[in-house]
Amino acid sequence: MKKINAKNVNVAYGSKQALFDINIDIEEKQVTALIGPSGCGKSTFLRCLNRMNDVIDICKVTGEIYINDFNILDKKCDVVRLREKIGMVFQKPNPFPKTIYENIAYGPTIHGMTQSKAEMDEVVETSLKKAALWNEVKDRLHEVGTGLSGGQQQRLCIARAISVRPEVILMDEPCSALDPIATAQIEELIDELKNEHTIIIVTHSMAQAARVSQNTGFFHLGNLIEYGSTDKIFKNPENQKTQDYITGRFG
Amino acid sequence: MNLIIFTTILLLGFTTYYFGRKKALLIQNTNTRLTALPKFYGYYLAIWCSIPAFIIFALWSIFEPTIVKLLVLTDYSNQGYQSDELNLIYEKTKSLARGFYSGEVTVFLEDSAAKYQNLKSIAINSKVVVVLSIIIASTLFAYKKISNNTRTREPVEKFLNAILFTSSLAAILTTLGIVFSLIFETIRFFSVIPVFDFIFGTHWYPAKTFVRDASAEIDPEMYKDAFGSVPLFAGTFFIAFIAMCVAIPIGLLSGIYLSEYASKNVRKYAKPLIEILAGIPTVVYGFFAALTVGPFLREIGINLGLEVSSESALAAGGVMGIMIIPFISSLSDDVITSVPQSLRDGSYAMGATKSETIKKVIFPAALPGIVGSILLGVSRAIGETMIVVMASGLAANLTFNPLESTSTITAQIVVILIGDQQFGDPKTQAAFALGMTLFLVTLCLNVFALKIVKTYREKYD
Amino acid sequence: MTKKEILLKKRYNSEKRFKLYGQFAIGFALLFLFIFLFKIFSTGFTAFQKTLLKVDVTYDKELLYLDENPTLEDLKDADYYELALKSMADLDPNATEEQQNQLKRMVSYIFDTEIKNHLLKNPDLLGQTSSVLLTASDDLDQVYKGNFPRDIPEKQRRVSDYQLKIYDQLVDDGKVISNFNFSFFTRADSREAELAGIASAVVGSFFTILVCLVISFPVAVLAAIYLEEFAPKNRITDFIEVNINNLAAVPSIVFGLLGLGVLLAIFHLPRSTSLVGGITLSLMTLPTIIIAARASLKAVPPSIREAALAMGASKMQTTMHHTVPLSMPGTLSGTIIGLAQALGETAPLILIGMVAFINTIPMSPMDPSASLPVQVYLWAESAERGFVEKVSACIMVLLGFLILMNLLAQIVRHKFETKWS
Repeated sequence: MKKINAKNVNVAYGSKQALFDINIDIEEKQVTALIGPSGCGKSTFLRCLNRMNDVIDICKVTGEIYINDFNILDKKCDVVRLREKIGMVFQKPNPFPKTIYENIAYGPTIHGMTQSKAEMDEVVETSLKKAALWNEVKDRLHEVGTGLSGGQQQRLCIARAISVRPEVILMDEPCSALDPIATAQIEELIDELKNEHTIIIVTHSMAQAARVSQNTGFFHLGNLIEYGSTDKIFKNPENQKTQDYITGRFG
Repeated sequence: MNLIIFTTILLLGFTTYYFGRKKALLIQNTNTRLTALPKFYGYYLAIWCSIPAFIIFALWSIFEPTIVKLLVLTDYSNQGYQSDELNLIYEKTKSLARGFYSGEVTVFLEDSAAKYQNLKSIAINSKVVVVLSIIIASTLFAYKKISNNTRTREPVEKFLNAILFTSSLAAILTTLGIVFSLIFETIRFFSVIPVFDFIFGTHWYPAKTFVRDASAEIDPEMYKDAFGSVPLFAGTFFIAFIAMCVAIPIGLLSGIYLSEYASKNVRKYAKPLIEILAGIPTVVYGFFAALTVGPFLREIGINLGLEVSSESALAAGGVMGIMIIPFISSLSDDVITSVPQSLRDGSYAMGATKSETIKKVIFPAALPGIVGSILLGVSRAIGETMIVVMASGLAANLTFNPLESTSTITAQIVVILIGDQQFGDPKTQAAFALGMTLFLVTLCLNVFALKIVKTYREKYD
Repeated sequence: MTKKEILLKKRYNSEKRFKLYGQFAIGFALLFLFIFLFKIFSTGFTAFQKTLLKVDVTYDKELLYLDENPTLEDLKDADYYELALKSMADLDPNATEEQQNQLKRMVSYIFDTEIKNHLLKNPDLLGQTSSVLLTASDDLDQVYKGNFPRDIPEKQRRVSDYQLKIYDQLVDDGKVISNFNFSFFTRADSREAELAGIASAVVGSFFTILVCLVISFPVAVLAAIYLEEFAPKNRITDFIEVNINNLAAVPSIVFGLLGLGVLLAIFHLPRSTSLVGGITLSLMTLPTIIIAARASLKAVPPSIREAALAMGASKMQTTMHHTVPLSMPGTLSGTIIGLAQALGETAPLILIGMVAFINTIPMSPMDPSASLPVQVYLWAESAERGFVEKVSACIMVLLGFLILMNLLAQIVRHKFETKWS
């Protein structure tokens, strides 16, 4: 089932156009990877999906993006509610300078999802377990989140993202700041999470895309060159440019 | 005469520069390689010529008056005079010697005056001789050095380095000067007024202790209940408190708005305008508070049926608060802007509104800097003088009613010192004691503020 | 509405309120600024007007006790007081002695000098009648400017009914003139409000700032150069830096005590002079300039220093020939701002005695003087109504200088600073 439909999405930063007529349909409860060389617009597109580009003054987004058949680019769309349903994990782990507990509790608190401390405790535990971090931090929930290692911090951010039970999780190169072991842990996590969430991951590592995703989209200079199942893209691409990128001719 | 000596040293310094350089060029003409540019030879010679002479000249001039005084007064040493009386005798001696004296002339005085003049002429003559000989000796020494083509750039640069270092000592000297000027008078003050009375006494009324002759006895009864500083501390902190009640909310909110919400245009115009509030001299604020704000509050009070003094603590504190707004606003703005964008992104991505992000994520992260700016504002409020002098009362009234008038430590210092001053009188010394207290309090506040900023920064980084 | 929607509405309302608070805060601050400026300007601009009375003066040789053919010297030496009195009395030929006294008080006490100067400019007027412009007294001046209410009982007024009658008559005859008050800028302070000017304060401020600049700028810049470029990382350097940061936060009045206790009591420098004021303020400005200079030096990229060193220049040469000149715009800008702050200082100058009543224009930094902010204080403490406008006008002049200095600092920074991209 198609979860997200993007139609003719164009993005410009001031006078510089970053995305040209993007049309893409994302499958539900699967992992979709967006690959391409640096600066090709994949992160820009990702940020469109939860309207994070609104934060940047000079960015203009046109077109339509339907999530659950609702156009999120519409003026009437409530951004706050949207972001409750779509979580994001960033390239560099950015836990709040609060305790681990408070980091996870932040989302549920502002969205009024829990009524009591017992409920919150449960939410925190569940999220940390799902993010495969519980065992490592269960005895130090009230220590500052910034005191963890890089890999742990990123899992903390993932736990934070899933604490509000989003339908979609956006991941912007989540492993690029991590070592191989931490990367492997995160990839394992992604595989688990796809059972309950639709995941879109931007990555510049083709190997990673091949490992974790079921569908892949290849971006180049602001255009979506090709999109299809991961198998097809990597073994039998239709477009020459895709072929060149996969084989390492450029990028 | 001193001016002539000074200028002579200076001129000789300049001329030796010329000679030094010439010598260097001569050396160069003999096809020997110079160790530095010719001008450095000139500087080398000039420095050696003038600096030792300057140092001797300065030291001599500083210590000469004391030594002369000591020598003149040895005649009186066994006659049991007090130090104040000896000072008086010496002053008379000087005036007589200079021909300005119009009082009674005794034989002793004439002898002293003659001795004074004698010593003075000996001193000045020997000074000239010594200085000249130093100049000659050091110049010859340096000239020999140059002739041997020694390295000159390094010594000259070392000298410059020394000058730079000495300049930076100016800050230490100033601090020493402050402590020095305050501490002696403070100690003298506490030798008359018990420390306990000063710290815990609740009556501040120095006016009742009128200035007395330096030689008269100190009447302890007169000083009882006159130097209790509690009302002053209370007044200072109370007015500062009122000021912060105005400055913190407005300063913080405007700082937050300017850094997070305001469009570029608003920021471009509003920020400098608010900064103007910081540039207005405090005496102008004081005038405005006395002329407009005080009577205005009084009017409102009358309409509400309240008794409001036209020199209320509220008027002074309120205006002081407005003066402090830009400090807090500007510093908070800077601190908030420096919070990394990644934190904001993380919060927005969670679906938080802008105000939630500010209140729950940005503000806590920026807290150390904000607390630091607030403490700085408090320090400013405590040390502020003119607004209180002009807009709040000059009577130290112990009250916590903002509608009444009260006074602060700073205002009292002005009140005491603006009238007759007599060094050696407890009234004048009280001003220095107050100054010492103020200096220590603001020092502690500043150190504390720095410590807080450092501790929190470590916790969150 | 679902619970979720209610919560959402609450959150959005909270957002709106928060934004509103911010706008209110800025609005309040700006509102105060505008009210303040408006009040100062509206009370002050009248000080730039001088009220004059046009009075007919008959230069009677007898009243001046002059003989037949007086020389210019004789004219200069004559006593004009009696003539002046008569001229005022002539405004109402039927006046009683008491009323004549009141007539005299309608003009400033320098009226005889004004009559004399009028004659000296035109000696042919001797023996003739001429119209002389006499400065009105400060009370009458305030009546003209509408600051004294006329409808209160005479006992509560400073201007009697009789004086008002004559005044109204003069107004009807067109003999009450208002000119631009040049003397505000050229005269020194005076006990009489109508004669008081800011000349002594302006000159005093100028000398004070000059002394402050001459002392603090070289010392501060040299200290900054040392601390930023040469100082080793040891305890002494730390101690110096701690001292500088502390001094920057010490209240200004403590510096006044320093000036009093050291400069006056120990070094016996002359009291109330710009010299002592300047030295005291320079100690205050020192930390400010050091901090600004250090920031400018820090901003020069290390690549410049490295290039010079690689050419074989010594550290001293690198610093003096390259780093320091490049940092000068920022340093100068910070210095000007520091001086602007010093210009507005009052408390330390009061303590070292610059509050004396100075009615001559100081000629050197060794003469007793006042400064602009101290003048504001002195006039503000004065009870007479006539001084209120003078205070506001003095404030306007002071603010004018401050704005100029800040603009200058901005220009220096933007025009001359190299942009390191």
